[in-house]
Amino acid sequence: MSHDPWVWISAILSLFIFSFLYRDNPFYKFAEHLLVGVSAGYYLNIYWYNGIYPNIVSHIIKEHNLLYIVPLFLGLLYFAIFIPKFSYFIRWPIAFLLGTASGFAIPAAFQARIMEQAKGTILFSPSSYNSPLAFINAVLIFIGVLTVLSYFFFSKEHKGGLKISSKIGIIFLMIGFGASFGYTVMARVSLLIGRLQFLLGTWLGLIKY
Amino acid sequence: MLQRTIPLVIVFVMGILTTLQFYIPHPISQEFYRTTIDWMNGISSMAIILAIGSLIKHHWTKVSRGQNVVYSTTTLVSLAFMALIGFIGGIGQHSLFQKLFENVQIPLQATMFSLLAFFMASAAYRAFRAKTFEATLLLLAAFIVMIGMIPLGYYISPGISQFSQWILDVPNMAAKRGIMIGVGLGMISTSLKIILGIERNWLGG
Repeated sequence: MSHDPWVWISAILSLFIFSFLYRDNPFYKFAEHLLVGVSAGYYLNIYWYNGIYPNIVSHIIKEHNLLYIVPLFLGLLYFAIFIPKFSYFIRWPIAFLLGTASGFAIPAAFQARIMEQAKGTILFSPSSYNSPLAFINAVLIFIGVLTVLSYFFFSKEHKGGLKISSKIGIIFLMIGFGASFGYTVMARVSLLIGRLQFLLGTWLGLIKY
Repeated sequence: MLQRTIPLVIVFVMGILTTLQFYIPHPISQEFYRTTIDWMNGISSMAIILAIGSLIKHHWTKVSRGQNVVYSTTTLVSLAFMALIGFIGGIGQHSLFQKLFENVQIPLQATMFSLLAFFMASAAYRAFRAKTFEATLLLLAAFIVMIGMIPLGYYISPGISQFSQWILDVPNMAAKRGIMIGVGLGMISTSLKIILGIERNWLGG
């Protein structure tokens, strides 16, 4: 059994969360509210040390770059929401973030989500020319991408060829969703195994690994 | 003017400038990119203060009304404690802040997510019924991927693990690519609508 007080704290808090498997209870509620508070305090520090300070404050204090007063001013406008008469000023920082994020998103989405994916679908890897199985897989991926895209094409009624194509697209989508579901369940089970290893191994010392 | 026009002008100008800078490989354009990223990170980080303020207000109201006093006090005290520990002692690798993160926040979070294994299994049992061909495909794919990932699957037949990997690499990849291309087109059209002022829901009422 561990003699480390931190291990005991972690173990007891983990048991508080697991107690929810029986039913909702005060121990679980305490742990849940503790998690919310600790996470909020954690992210407050992280955003200060990794966001506000290096990106705005240090430029003003250390480099005396007065240009950075503009984002500081825009950021402070968030608090206009607390003054009903001037609450509309909160739209200014939101407008800045929306504009820049949208502007950055256009070339990035085009490059990473469209061009690269289309390239990966159309251009076969050199290995597919030597192995018949790899060639079949490459053709299957090509057909899969086209049919899935046709399923999401709503500008024309799904009749005739488009209906057949979208039906094949559904097959690929269902296999994809099933695989994602299975993958997610396994990831959660892996987390559960990790917690049980911690409780039975690190804390109680019942299992060796 | 201050309420609608200026925010729309800010969105338009910043949207056009940040799109164009991607295609202009000039030092001025690169400097503009770096400065804008700094500003974006700084301004978006300041929104956390607003979020924390809202959380404090919510729990403070509950405490003052005498509802769930113990739990709301737990949230407020742990928030203040964690925040102060970080601001006073720093967030370095061997700091108390880091110890609290590793021994309180991570175990709580990991256990909370591991609970989902039970709830997903019970929800899947109740919701999944192989009534149609598509639903059967979904169930089969999930089952093969799950069994292919554990040693039992390999012991039954090495082919199960290979088939599971094939599902992930071929049909799953095709579906994900199709979705990704669709999402990319959606992102571009939504971004253009925001920049050009066609989409104005973000301005509120």
